[in-house]
Amino acid sequence: MLFTSYAFVGFLALTLLAYYLVPGRCQWPLLLAASYVFYWAASPWYLLFILVTTASAYGVSLKLAALSGEQRAYLAAHGDLTREEKRAFRAGIKKRKWAWLLGCLALNIGILAVTKYTNFVIRSLNALTGGGLRPVDMIVPMGISFYTFQTVGYVIDVYRDRQPAQRNFFKLALFVSFFPQLVQGPISRYGQLSETLFTPHRFQEKTFSFGLMRVLWGYFKKVVLADRLLPAVTALTGDAAYTGAYVLAAMLFYAFELYCDFTGGIDITIGIGEAMGIRMPENFDLPYFSKNIREYWNRWHITMGTWFTDYIFYPISVCRPMLRLSKWSREHLGQAVGKRVTVYLSSFAVWLATGIWHGAAWNFVAWGLTNWAVIMISQELEPLYERFHRRFALRGKAPYEAFQVVRTVLLMSAIRMFDCYRDVPLTIAMLGSMFTRFDPRIFTDGSLLDLGLDGADLLVLGLGLAVALAVSLFKRKKGSVRQALYEKPAAVFYGTMAALLVCTVVFGAYGAGYDAAQFIYNRF
Amino acid sequence: MDELLKILESLHPDVDFTTREALVDDRVLKSFDIVAIVSEIYEAFGVAVPPEEIVPENFNSAKALYALIERLEDE
Repeated sequence: MLFTSYAFVGFLALTLLAYYLVPGRCQWPLLLAASYVFYWAASPWYLLFILVTTASAYGVSLKLAALSGEQRAYLAAHGDLTREEKRAFRAGIKKRKWAWLLGCLALNIGILAVTKYTNFVIRSLNALTGGGLRPVDMIVPMGISFYTFQTVGYVIDVYRDRQPAQRNFFKLALFVSFFPQLVQGPISRYGQLSETLFTPHRFQEKTFSFGLMRVLWGYFKKVVLADRLLPAVTALTGDAAYTGAYVLAAMLFYAFELYCDFTGGIDITIGIGEAMGIRMPENFDLPYFSKNIREYWNRWHITMGTWFTDYIFYPISVCRPMLRLSKWSREHLGQAVGKRVTVYLSSFAVWLATGIWHGAAWNFVAWGLTNWAVIMISQELEPLYERFHRRFALRGKAPYEAFQVVRTVLLMSAIRMFDCYRDVPLTIAMLGSMFTRFDPRIFTDGSLLDLGLDGADLLVLGLGLAVALAVSLFKRKKGSVRQALYEKPAAVFYGTMAALLVCTVVFGAYGAGYDAAQFIYNRF
Repeated sequence: MDELLKILESLHPDVDFTTREALVDDRVLKSFDIVAIVSEIYEAFGVAVPPEEIVPENFNSAKALYALIERLEDE
């Protein structure tokens, strides 16, 4: 049941109606039932996987909470213990907690690894050895990367005593399976989502209409813009004859397609939550206004970035072996090298994991590691940039900031081509062709009209992207567009909503036999 | 405290760490800085800051960070 299917729209309408008709205390059980129906509709087998994840997280988090409770009670009852005795007791409890956590991580990351990466390993082994191992016909549960990460984050938070364990199995089951965010995130933290997920919500016209407006805006970006760009991106990246300036066109088309697709999907997700009074974390903060790649990664897919920082980057970079390595490096290789070792190794691990998380293929590994390399190079060049900015006083000047924004968009778009061409040497060759065979005439001589887009499509795209840009600029300068519209007469707010609906229906990229494209991030 | 201030100032000489109260929230300290600080603390104080203690409350000010070091030393 894709978000863009009529079935989903009907399912959503029924769920929203039922949500506000049932008593408040029945709202979250209703959402759990709806989430399981949504997942069951995708495949009954998937339910088995999500139940294993939920049950393991439930059991282990209770055990971890019990061990923490045991520690508190023991230390409170034995105030006369020496510091060493307390330390020894804490170490014993920590060891037991660690064993439980490790078991839970091994099971859940193991399921993720086996379902998503078995065929990647088989293909890589075949390529390496020339062997003929046959790929396995594997079930890959929808959204497994997202719900596994979200659940694992919860268990780690309980392990760290940052989060009390949820004692109600069904509430935890809803946290793991909440249908709007099941397939493409955002990756919520339990402490944040649970604040509004289980509480009763009465219908409020403003909250509901704000949510609905955001859902419509998401659909507009997805079906009018992203799906309209899809044929051109497919054509440009599916034929190695499209070199030179065509690669630049592909970079830009894919940049806008991915942005509209992913932010559109997240708008639908967060908007559905808002319509129910449920708050989910934001996943984007105007990423294409970033002035450098690190800023971009703080503003794009934010919940994934913070997840990797909190649960992979910090644990690796501050673990004792890494601290000892850092100390050793400072003593033997000098301060300059020593202080870089930890950050370089930990961020390498994070970007390798980020690449693999995005897809079971070498092109995603290359994508992740290229991001890592660019971030590290920028980090090293920071003092140089600083001197440059002091010398020329360009910081804060609009034309220079515009240059920085365009540079970052182009750089990120180039790196993203690993995702499009799906072949590392081909991607490098195609990007290289921009410097050897660049013919800018393709942008003016009508060549772009041979890519599955006619003049009307280009007009709709141009206008649609202009509206999206205007919305982003307004948001950047003045804040919420919805709030601004809401403060006008009701006809303006609801008129805009109706216009969005009509535009989405009329200009959506569908016709006879149309099958809305799957959201790009669903496959991750 | 002086030793900790020296560590922090070596990372950002232009920041007055004696007065700032929202170093993480204001994005003065980012993830790479935090890792560098944890390494320096390990070397200078012999205290390993575990990942569960890397939260904004502990890194938002020099005072909070020093309190964390003292607590970890005590544990």
